[in-house]
Amino acid sequence: MTRISAAFLPLTDSAVLIAAREKGFAAEQDIALDLIRSESWATLRDRLVYGQVQAAHMLAPLAIAVTLGLSQHPAALSAPFKLSVNGNVFVMGTAFAAALDPDIARRIGDPIATAHDFAGAIGLYRRKPVIGIVHRFSCHALLLRYWLGYAGIDPDRDLVLRVLPPSLMGAALEAGEIDGFIAGEPWSTVAVQAGLAEIVMVGARVWQRGVEKVLAMRTGWMEDNAEVVDRLLLALDRAAAWCDDPAHHGELAELLSRPDYVGRPPEAILPTLTGRLVARPGDASVEVPATILFHREAVGFPWRSHALWIYSQLVRWGMAEPSPEAERQAADVFRSDIYRRALAGTGAPMPGASLKVEGALSEPMGVGSHSAGLVLGPDRFFDGRVFDPADIDGYLAAFRR
Amino acid sequence: MRIVIVDDTGLRATVLEDGLRDAGFDDIHIVPPRGGFVARIERLAPDVVLMDLGSPSRDTLEEMLVVSRALARPIAMFVDQSDDIMIGAAIDAGVSAYVVDGLRKERVKPILDLAIRRFNAFARLQSELDEAKSAIAERRTIDRAKAILMKSRNLSEPDAYALLRSTAMNQGRRIAEVAEALITASDLLGGAA
Repeated sequence: MTRISAAFLPLTDSAVLIAAREKGFAAEQDIALDLIRSESWATLRDRLVYGQVQAAHMLAPLAIAVTLGLSQHPAALSAPFKLSVNGNVFVMGTAFAAALDPDIARRIGDPIATAHDFAGAIGLYRRKPVIGIVHRFSCHALLLRYWLGYAGIDPDRDLVLRVLPPSLMGAALEAGEIDGFIAGEPWSTVAVQAGLAEIVMVGARVWQRGVEKVLAMRTGWMEDNAEVVDRLLLALDRAAAWCDDPAHHGELAELLSRPDYVGRPPEAILPTLTGRLVARPGDASVEVPATILFHREAVGFPWRSHALWIYSQLVRWGMAEPSPEAERQAADVFRSDIYRRALAGTGAPMPGASLKVEGALSEPMGVGSHSAGLVLGPDRFFDGRVFDPADIDGYLAAFRR
Repeated sequence: MRIVIVDDTGLRATVLEDGLRDAGFDDIHIVPPRGGFVARIERLAPDVVLMDLGSPSRDTLEEMLVVSRALARPIAMFVDQSDDIMIGAAIDAGVSAYVVDGLRKERVKPILDLAIRRFNAFARLQSELDEAKSAIAERRTIDRAKAILMKSRNLSEPDAYALLRSTAMNQGRRIAEVAEALITASDLLGGAA
């Protein structure tokens, strides 16, 4: 057996790694998968960068930031596999949420109107709202910025963004240190169930197919251990299929709820898996399609255009200096070539391209693929913008107009 | 040199502080990672920050390092990135360190070495304490089980213990496990002990 250690944070979207270990998919590939729970992204990053683990469940923008040298010690990281798509939920304390559309289904279903309502609510609120984010280099923070930016909100000017670990968000909300937060599940649902907050925005409504967690590795290690990496990706692909199957959601929620994994009751984990979110304490659930995806539509495939979209947002918000070199480095973090190599011959639907225009599909569409049956789901941004990875400058210029 | 220890278990911070004072450092501040702890660190403007690698508040601290204007100089996790052995030892021990850029390596290395030793010593202490606690808990469980046997089977204390021990041996289990099972069964049957 090959021993591999992988670091993860207690989040619903660590499911694929946990299922790979607990449901025997790793063992089938002759891999003994040790999972190392970490309590902060900084520690997960250090464990990966300094070689204490071989793989990590990582925020996609963090993998890019480390590679670009923006987060402590620079290191070349690679993401040959995506662990999830979507799964972020933005909640605000009940006092602030009172200024938004009281009809929750409409509030979540119409992010354009809610963004404008939110901008108005900022003016009415007793102070500059303090919003908890889990990390500056997180998809959550980028999505929140993207969404509020639409309504003319400059998050750096009009909000106070505070970095807090997801597990402490609820307590910070209760203590009045923050007015709301965006985090990976189950933490938003935990806050709603505790009566502290209401859902204001669901990530899957802002970008219908948004990149989220990746499996990150040190590029050097990945290249030196090609055969092991291939087996690991096979195991993760099978585990992802298992996680995506509605028949397994109950068992998956039980598994994740264990104290050494997410450590929250299955009732807090299940709503995201089934896509039926309770947005306000005591309310009936609201159906949100594709709340979180693990496998269908080749979720695991690391589109280079996803990496470039993240890069574009880092540049947009002044977190990265634009340069052709940085752009290439960012795109190179997403290793679609490794995914192809590992899953070739398994019958897995395989995209023919490694880049696509993001946000162009409003209906599911079958795409050119090496094997039959790849249908990509709708991937629109809520504002109708389209990201063409060949014209990042033009894309960014349009935000400034 | 000003050193800030960010720690939420008071005991470990004290163990570390004592060690640093013995080594001749006297400008040491302990800051628990709660509420506005980042503002406190900013005001202190330390040269070195030591923090538990397992603390969920590391991301909050790092964000401060990125945006803070109070700390004009950048801070890096380790002084010399090439010192892999020390980095490995620090991560194993659960220490993370932030050091003002430009501070000479030989000035920081003793601090980090000491932090690693103290963190390791504290972890050993903690596990010994846990073992001691569980030994006491086991003793109590066995005493309760003995009392049940003495009452319900009218046995002397040595006989009750002998019965527990022989049952454990026959079943290939530990005496404490047998005692635990006996207590559970007795509770279920409404026995008072």
